[in-house]
Amino acid sequence: MTKKIITKKEVEYVAKLAKLEFSEEEKEEFTTQLNSILEYFYKLNELDTKDIPPTAYIISMPNLLNEDKVEPSLSREEVLSTNKYIRKGYFQVPKII
Amino acid sequence: MTLNQLTAHEITRLIREKKVTAQEVILDIFDQIDKVDNLIKAFLVLTREEAFKQAKGIDTKVKNGDELPPLAGVAIAIKDILAVQGVETTCGSKILKGFIPPYNATVITRLKEAGAIIIGKTNMDEFAMGSSTENSAFGPTYNPWDLERVPGGSSGGSAAAVAADETIVALGTDTGGSIRQPASLCGMVGLKPTYGRVSRYGLIAYASSLDQIGPITKDVIDCTLAMKVISGIDIHDSTSANIPVPDYLTSCREGIEDLKIGVPQEYFIEGIDQEVKIAIDRALKLFESLGAKIEEVSLPHTEYSLPAYYLIATAEASSNLARYDGVQYGYRADNYKDLLFMYKKTRSEGFGDEVKRRIMLGTYALSSGYYDAYYLKAQKVRTLIKEDFDKAFEKYDILITPTSPTPAFKLNEKMADPLIMYLSDIYTIPINLAGIPAISLNCGYSKNNLPIGLQIIGKPFDEETIIRAAYNFEQNNDVEKKKPEINPARCKEEA
Repeated sequence: MTKKIITKKEVEYVAKLAKLEFSEEEKEEFTTQLNSILEYFYKLNELDTKDIPPTAYIISMPNLLNEDKVEPSLSREEVLSTNKYIRKGYFQVPKII
Repeated sequence: MTLNQLTAHEITRLIREKKVTAQEVILDIFDQIDKVDNLIKAFLVLTREEAFKQAKGIDTKVKNGDELPPLAGVAIAIKDILAVQGVETTCGSKILKGFIPPYNATVITRLKEAGAIIIGKTNMDEFAMGSSTENSAFGPTYNPWDLERVPGGSSGGSAAAVAADETIVALGTDTGGSIRQPASLCGMVGLKPTYGRVSRYGLIAYASSLDQIGPITKDVIDCTLAMKVISGIDIHDSTSANIPVPDYLTSCREGIEDLKIGVPQEYFIEGIDQEVKIAIDRALKLFESLGAKIEEVSLPHTEYSLPAYYLIATAEASSNLARYDGVQYGYRADNYKDLLFMYKKTRSEGFGDEVKRRIMLGTYALSSGYYDAYYLKAQKVRTLIKEDFDKAFEKYDILITPTSPTPAFKLNEKMADPLIMYLSDIYTIPINLAGIPAISLNCGYSKNNLPIGLQIIGKPFDEETIIRAAYNFEQNNDVEKKKPEINPARCKEEA
């Protein structure tokens, strides 16, 4: 982990990835806040983890697979009840292409 | 005494013995809510009609002499991060305001089958991100012990509701301490099960490798009753463990002369409130007098837990919260010209500041060029933290620490610097990283009458032993048994 300060440009790039938009003032504030948080995280560099495996899940279980059986589930009406933008059985969004 | 002031085990007995009806219980519950919730603000939604309907159903069963399920007539409040079919579920966020889940979380299905009566959804930090419930998009919840202070978070609404007798039991969720810390700050019992002990189906995800659902109750027996109902493998959650659920109720009454207790020295350094330290020391002496052996132990990687947690949790959150885009549910911004614009506006208008901060951190940690340095590094440190606990559990049966470095703090006190708020969870976070179970229960009060919590940490899937230790402590300590006096005169902001 190189001690690199996150710049406002990087904040703008990350915002683009996260599909978030910020005012100029918010961008400044975020840059400062993220920097101080990341600086605190550099602590982790004190540890030598070269030969340590990562832990993603605590329980060591093999992948659980279900039988390929069709079972009753939610009805289409129930699933398509969650907002007002439903047209003819689809969720309507603005034109993509 | 009104029925809302009782425990679940008292209520189920009274109903079984036909001394009270479930409807009388629900009446007293809603009376209390109507009396105090304008001050406590624990609830976001109340399900009055449905609750009375369920209560009538229980009373009919009693009249017919039917066998009663284990939680018959017990009012339960549900943290607003769990899907309850037909009831608005917001996760404390604008982006899910108006969202009505079309299905029940597995824990809800199990509670309903057990005869529990859902009375409403409780307030929380937005998407479970916070330690004070001040990050709710719908305003904070106030601590019943002192209305100028926070109830803790992110399950602050649940903890406050139990402490204020607005419900008999409540469900919370815990990713970095969010059941245990508010339970501690509100003087209640809160248990975070082993990762995989309770199904996460229907739990709106924050960090999928850390989240767990657990009960917040008035005493340890109630905790065992709730745990027995909600625990166990679920076909809908492939991370739930295929391990039988023991009878916590009978095993907890055995003594603790056999227990070897480790006290991690790293949890008692600077930053801990003196009154907390004194209360924990007194508690340890009681454990000794009950026959347990107590020794100091070292968990050398403790100080790296916080940064590791905030890298892993935020990375997982950035992925889990990518689904909130206005397309299928929840808030959708107006005036969008194209899809990308719609996504950006919806998310920027719908999410609060702390959520955005964590999404940004997580996205950065996972982005190309930084993944190895941040996320992967944190996952490796996580292994070291887990190994600390594995080594300690070779010698000890349980570990005891404070739950929170301080009693409840004042509203706004920690909002200026996010890092300061993050430090409220230093004692609870390592437990989530290791996936092990832990329970918090009251062990004393500060000079200004604020509860102090004791945390008992156990081996994976050994909730039995931590519950047994907690029960023995609860039954033998000399801490005054009292309830908060909800004092409107101390509340600056009148209803």
